[in-house]
Amino acid sequence: MSAGLATTVPLASPHAHAGSSVSWVMAKVMLALTPATLYGFWLYGWPAVHLWWITIAAALLGEAFCLRLMRRPLRPALFDGSAALTGWLLALSLPPWAPAWLGVLGGLFATIVAKQLFGGLGQNLFNPAMVARVALLVSFPVAMTQWIAPVPLGSAGAPDFAEGLRITLAGAPSLDAIASASLLGHAKTELSRGVDLLQANLPALSFVGERAGSLGETSALLLLLGGIALILMRIITWHIPAAMLVGLALPALIAHALDPARHLSAATHLLSGAAMLGAFFIATDYVTSPNTRLGQLIFGLGCGLLTWLIRSYGGYPEGVAFAVLLMNAATPAIDRLIRPRIYGRDLKGRPLEIPEA
Amino acid sequence: MGLMEKIFALLEPAHWGVHPDDKKRPAADAPVRRLPLPERLYVPLQQHIGAAARPIVLTGQKVKKGELIAEAQGATSAAIHAPTSGKVVAVGDVTAPHPSGLPVAAITIEADGEEAWIDAAPAQDPFSLSPEEIAKQVAAAGIVGLGGATFPSALKLGLAKKAKIHTLIINGGECEPYLSCDDRLMRDASPEIVAGIRLMLIATGAQRALVGIEDNKPEAIAAMREAVRPRREIEVKPVPARYPMGSEKHLFSTLMGQEVPADGRTTDLGALVHNVGTAHAVYQALGKGRPLVERLVTVNGGAVAFPGNLLVPIGALVEDVLAFAGLKETPARLVMGGPMMGSLLPHARVPIIKGSSGILALTAQEAGIAPAGPCIRCSSCVRACPIGLLPLEMAARIAAGALSAAVDYGLKDCIACGCCAYVCPSRIPLVQYFNHAKGELAAQARAQLRNEAAKRLAAARAERLEREAKEKAEAAARRKAERMAQKAAEAAAAAAKQAEEVA
Repeated sequence: MSAGLATTVPLASPHAHAGSSVSWVMAKVMLALTPATLYGFWLYGWPAVHLWWITIAAALLGEAFCLRLMRRPLRPALFDGSAALTGWLLALSLPPWAPAWLGVLGGLFATIVAKQLFGGLGQNLFNPAMVARVALLVSFPVAMTQWIAPVPLGSAGAPDFAEGLRITLAGAPSLDAIASASLLGHAKTELSRGVDLLQANLPALSFVGERAGSLGETSALLLLLGGIALILMRIITWHIPAAMLVGLALPALIAHALDPARHLSAATHLLSGAAMLGAFFIATDYVTSPNTRLGQLIFGLGCGLLTWLIRSYGGYPEGVAFAVLLMNAATPAIDRLIRPRIYGRDLKGRPLEIPEA
Repeated sequence: MGLMEKIFALLEPAHWGVHPDDKKRPAADAPVRRLPLPERLYVPLQQHIGAAARPIVLTGQKVKKGELIAEAQGATSAAIHAPTSGKVVAVGDVTAPHPSGLPVAAITIEADGEEAWIDAAPAQDPFSLSPEEIAKQVAAAGIVGLGGATFPSALKLGLAKKAKIHTLIINGGECEPYLSCDDRLMRDASPEIVAGIRLMLIATGAQRALVGIEDNKPEAIAAMREAVRPRREIEVKPVPARYPMGSEKHLFSTLMGQEVPADGRTTDLGALVHNVGTAHAVYQALGKGRPLVERLVTVNGGAVAFPGNLLVPIGALVEDVLAFAGLKETPARLVMGGPMMGSLLPHARVPIIKGSSGILALTAQEAGIAPAGPCIRCSSCVRACPIGLLPLEMAARIAAGALSAAVDYGLKDCIACGCCAYVCPSRIPLVQYFNHAKGELAAQARAQLRNEAAKRLAAARAERLEREAKEKAEAAARRKAERMAQKAAEAAAAAAKQAEEVA
């Protein structure tokens, strides 16, 4: 939008407003993320808390750096909450005991490269958190797949505040001792070893989320509740999440029915990895998803289907980030092709026929 | 409807428009008060769509209330009457009730305080008049669409008669927040509205009338139901409260289940839409011989001390209205009409006109004044647009100067209802963009017409010059030929003479 027109006081109507604002929208999304985040904190303890705030701080720092470089006012952009939300989402997708430098690099990359280089809020083609996650995964595959088994706060062996900070900043002393594979990673490893899924000793499925995984992804239940809250608060609509979950579950259901030895069940797909986080919080990112309801359904189905394809046939055990990025790339085309029907016109934009009297 | 639309219709309720907080009460519940007669009334000659009326009074002339002071000029225009008795003290410019604050020609009347009406007993039973006679009297009374569009009503009635419509739709939607003048009128004067509807039925030849009223006005619905009970041809139809239900197209679609084609009108589908206030004015004119010289105006907004509905003579200043209703604080914005589509007033020294449904004195917080931010593509505007447009895409193209691309996205179908800007979390003044683009396109179209006219003139001139040159050349050739012939003849004659002489 041109700054010239936007800064003058408008003369045109309306002279009333529904009261929403960008920072309110972001705040509500963060609120919906809070239960799943707190659960992640409880599950993985202080190192996870430190990683979370360090990643957010890095995202804000990257944003501030670019704004300063462009000589734009810092306040409105930093306080609209978009950079903090990007950092938050990125942190949730990292291994909970990942070293601080991973979060810092990711946070900076998300806001500087994936967001501000495209022109800032509203201009980026790809979801910044997912761009950063994919960049980290490709660059540091080992650090990005160091999953640990849950060590809930207060349980024996859970690090305290200082110990947690030390783990985040300097790395865990004996990560191997508590290392664990995520369900998707384990399944992929077993399949590649030639062990079929019926014999593989897969970790138990958990709807609540007590299992190895990213900081914020493990609790499908809390993410689902947060997502439903977002729909009820009218921040998002049901179209993208529903379509993405269907797009993921449907092929999984068919493939699992045909060949359970090689394909995970639909429930496993839905409750594992970033499926829930992706469907409700990542794919629904306003900037990078289509504008129309039909476009959003296509986008969601594409995200789900690509996730299933990557998980089932790709080199990586998890595919949500790649799937969302691929569909982000398709969004401009979807928006160009799919437009709502205009009142009094047919789908091609021709006026409806005037009936003969 | 496409297949996907049908599927969506099954999955979720109709989704066009917005549900603003209506803020109609307590103003709607307060009894109507009459504005004390101001000393001077400033009656603009342009209060309607079409050509300005032509004044027929002179400065210093005494007029009675209801006397014709300016007559309709041309096919689309409306007559204007004196809103009170008194003396014409000026015929000149006043500030127009428009954001531009540009001058508009007006007749200024100094009230004598007697409110002496013209002798205006209706000649006969209005219900026995012919359709043409009703339309003629409606025109003579200067009635225009009181919902805000101010299109001359008689013209609309005549067009509907020609189009052979079957249904008259009476718009009691009043979907704009804050406004309650139609609500109040329906509660207080339902028998007169119904009488006006019956006259309009005769004038248009329609068989039935549907009165659409938003369901947030239960008192008005009850009063109108009571008043139409003896009349089987008139039916009161409550419609859901949703902005912009009062838009002609949307009320029509809600009541008739059809869409108005993009290049057509409701009359093409057999229906004519008129406002309840217009129906009331029609009865006032034909039943009581009272031309349109006053109207109900809602005075509302956070800065108003005693909000309510006032009976205001046309030409009273907004200043007078606000002084009577009282101001609690200095308003951040003065608006004529509703908050969604009304126009910002440059100041309070502008007159009330026939189309003024409300005067709003809004606080900064109410008016939603906040700096605009970048578009986050949340598509709230897409969901809110009652026409099915993509406001964010149009605005992005207008901002980039690509007006024709914005037209491809449906800019010309935009009704400027303001739903998009109302819901925009980034507070982007979308309607401002669209109005700007529409104005720019209109200017371009005018410039093109001018260019074409100039080109035509130049071509005609070139052709004329060429023709004249050709004619000149031909004339010269003719003269030369004549001279040659003469010379030849002379030579022949001379030769003959010589021969004679020789012989």
